[in-house]
Amino acid sequence: MDQAAASEDILLDLRNISLSFGGVKALIDISFDIRRGEVRAIIGPNGAGKSSMLNVINGFYHPQEGEVWFDGKLRGPMKPHQIARQGIARTFQNIALFRGMSTLDNLMTGRITHMHENMFWQAIWKGRAEKEELAHRERVEHIIDFLEIQSIRKTPVGKLPYGLQKRVELGRALAAESKLLLLDEPMAGMNLEEKEDMCRFVLDVHDQFGTTIALIEHDMGVVMDIADRVVVLDYGRKIGDGYPDEVRSNKDVIDAYLGVAHD
Amino acid sequence: MTNTVSGTPDTFPKLLILNAQRFGDRPAVREKEYGIWQTWTWKEVKEELFALAAGLRELGFSPGDKLAIIGRNRPRLYWGITAAQCLGGIPVPVYADSVAEEMEFVLNHAGVRFVLAEDQEQVDKVLEVGESVETLDQIIYDDPRGLREYDQTKLHDFAVVQNLGREALSREPELLNETIDQGRGSDVGIFLYTSGTTGKPKGVVLTNDNIIITSRNSVEFDRLTEAEETLSYLPMAWVGDHIFSHGQAYVAGFCINCPESEETVATDLREIGPTYYFAPPRVFEGLLTHVMIRMEDAGRIKQKLFHYFMKVARETGIRILDGEQVSLVDRLKYWLGNLLIYAPLKNTMGFSRIKLAYTAGEAIGPEIFDFYRSLGINIKQLYGQTEAAVFITMQPDGEVYADTVGVPAPEVDIRITDAGEVVYRGPGVFQSYFRDEEATRETKDDEGWVHTGDAGYFDDRGHLRIIDRAKDVGRLNDGSLFAPKYLENKLKFFPHIKEVVAFGHEREFVTALINIDLDAVGNWAERNNIPYASYQELAGNPEVYGMMEESIRQTNADLAGESQMGGSQIQRFLILHKELDPDDGEMTRTRKVRRNIIRDKYGVLVDALYEGLESCHIRTEVTFEDGRKGTLEADLSIRDVEVFPTVAKSA
Repeated sequence: MDQAAASEDILLDLRNISLSFGGVKALIDISFDIRRGEVRAIIGPNGAGKSSMLNVINGFYHPQEGEVWFDGKLRGPMKPHQIARQGIARTFQNIALFRGMSTLDNLMTGRITHMHENMFWQAIWKGRAEKEELAHRERVEHIIDFLEIQSIRKTPVGKLPYGLQKRVELGRALAAESKLLLLDEPMAGMNLEEKEDMCRFVLDVHDQFGTTIALIEHDMGVVMDIADRVVVLDYGRKIGDGYPDEVRSNKDVIDAYLGVAHD
Repeated sequence: MTNTVSGTPDTFPKLLILNAQRFGDRPAVREKEYGIWQTWTWKEVKEELFALAAGLRELGFSPGDKLAIIGRNRPRLYWGITAAQCLGGIPVPVYADSVAEEMEFVLNHAGVRFVLAEDQEQVDKVLEVGESVETLDQIIYDDPRGLREYDQTKLHDFAVVQNLGREALSREPELLNETIDQGRGSDVGIFLYTSGTTGKPKGVVLTNDNIIITSRNSVEFDRLTEAEETLSYLPMAWVGDHIFSHGQAYVAGFCINCPESEETVATDLREIGPTYYFAPPRVFEGLLTHVMIRMEDAGRIKQKLFHYFMKVARETGIRILDGEQVSLVDRLKYWLGNLLIYAPLKNTMGFSRIKLAYTAGEAIGPEIFDFYRSLGINIKQLYGQTEAAVFITMQPDGEVYADTVGVPAPEVDIRITDAGEVVYRGPGVFQSYFRDEEATRETKDDEGWVHTGDAGYFDDRGHLRIIDRAKDVGRLNDGSLFAPKYLENKLKFFPHIKEVVAFGHEREFVTALINIDLDAVGNWAERNNIPYASYQELAGNPEVYGMMEESIRQTNADLAGESQMGGSQIQRFLILHKELDPDDGEMTRTRKVRRNIIRDKYGVLVDALYEGLESCHIRTEVTFEDGRKGTLEADLSIRDVEVFPTVAKSA
């Protein structure tokens, strides 16, 4: 009984994950879980394996050892798009939008996993496909309103400033209506004001849609403010896991971040 | 329902009932949301608004209570105005961008009990100052985003309040009738706080009559109908928006359109294509610059077409608009120009359907004004104040001039005092400044005449000209009028002149110090292969002096044609060796010239101007951006300008 209740509560469970590229060990025996409805931060110095971790979660990398349990089920071998259909959406560290397309179209691509009409109906367009697209457009418009990007609805993404592109990318991930949202350094390269805005949006997403969020971030102030729990990686190993206050006072974490005197 | 309207309604709730009857299915308000324009008809507005009013009543809103309305232009906030009036209360719109302290002042000063706020940002501000506003009781918010976790005991979602109201109305449909019927035109309708550029904001008390009669007069004056469309994008707390988007909309029954967000105003303008539009001069100026820059990048054929037909437009467009006689050939040319240039141009600016556009607030350049009029856009100026419920003067069709603000608005009397100040009285004149009898007495006398603080005069056509703030106006030694800002504005309309400081009070003649516009003149120098290393060098260039001289000569010729101002033609000038700068204390932070400081600091130059010297040496201290100080030395040459004989007074 207890086990069932626990698995209800846990959305993603990573057990003893190890990942290596040839001789390079990127992740070594890492286990942690993500609870439903929490904001989980993954932090660590450069090269600690944070992005690799995200890539394992969304199925881009396949770990040599370990199990990924998502939504109560053990994940078998899967392609990333299949995993996306299961309900995991993400943003990228170095923005990966369709630069020549408008904000609106980029957001609409986020809805693709939810479009069901086949090519025949899409080609005929009138009728079923049109109706489906209108329904999706409405969802997308709510996201545009939510992220306050009405003014760039029809602007090609390539023309937008960096901070806004980041916001569009978040919008596209939101459009997928995922169970788990992975954000890879959503505030990297932003100025203070943009960071504050982004924090606000992340918290509002969490509040309004109840989405579970896992995010990688370097800005410790941001992490401590918005994360419910934090996991710390260093050289592919997990060196800390817990509530922000616990992690902040963890000696290994301090050493990894500030460096330690070797005598 | 006993809510029938007999005679002319004297309050907004009564007007609403009338509009729901006569224009029931016509659009009253639109807002773009989720990418689509959502429309409410007058009938629907009445239902929504009464539900809100009844809901407020359920929350304990009673006659005499004040409802602060804080946010950008949204239909629900506009409904708040009339909803409060339905209950015998007073709406108090507050500028959405005011910081918490300003908000605290207004909420306290007005004694606000209820707040209708747009979103989390505004609610946060209200909560921040809420502790120190003792009267504050309940807060209603429009957009629930981010507010779920807040303590909800005094916070209410707009929709929830409306539901409360709907339940109450279904129990008791006559709930609001009593307070609506009791409303009178002479009741206080609204408090509008002046933005307070000088000192604390003042709460201008206006009655329903003030707003409704002024609106009705102006609607009749410009023949506005229920078919108009406007874009409501200026602050709701500003008297202009209250008249254009509320007063006139209710009286004429036309539709207001609320933009999607502040950033989308330009796009929304194009989509709506308003028939009636207001914008401050800088908006029209910006649009024109934008068009001109785009034209520079256009192909050669397009450019030629554009310039040819704009010339045609300048020659005939304004005359057609003013209803003058125009030959058939000219009309044909204009028709062709309209087909090829004017119509597409107006379309890109969002002015395709425009019947009437207003601008006010500051002087508008005659070229800018004429540009729009030549395209067939009936743009007019008006002169107004919060204390007058906007309209003091208006421009009748066919008598629109760039340099005057028009004739007295209907039922408004205007007098020029001996000191040259404009005073007025009329149906829109405010009752008082709330809780400030002293300021009220200073501004309004016992007979209802209101002092504007502006100096002006009526020209030969009977049109009012505003020349300057009254306290800045002086006299030359020969007794002729000297209005420095009037001269300076005239010169600043030349693109290569950035700032001017004119002197003449208690002097023999008028002189001026000039700042060139580095961008414009620099651009000119580049095109003409004139090398320069600094502002100072460019400013001293004889050819640049020539340009300035020509501009002043034109201005003088212009002034000579004005009987009142002919005496103040500029006889001598020099170009300053440095730009006037707020860091050096020469200007205010909002870039207004500090006349006295400049007179003291550049006293040597001013003396040289009056002593008839050819050039003058000056040493000035300058402050760099990092706070260090340095000195600047220069020899400035002084030039004389041709003066024209003044046209004799025809009066």
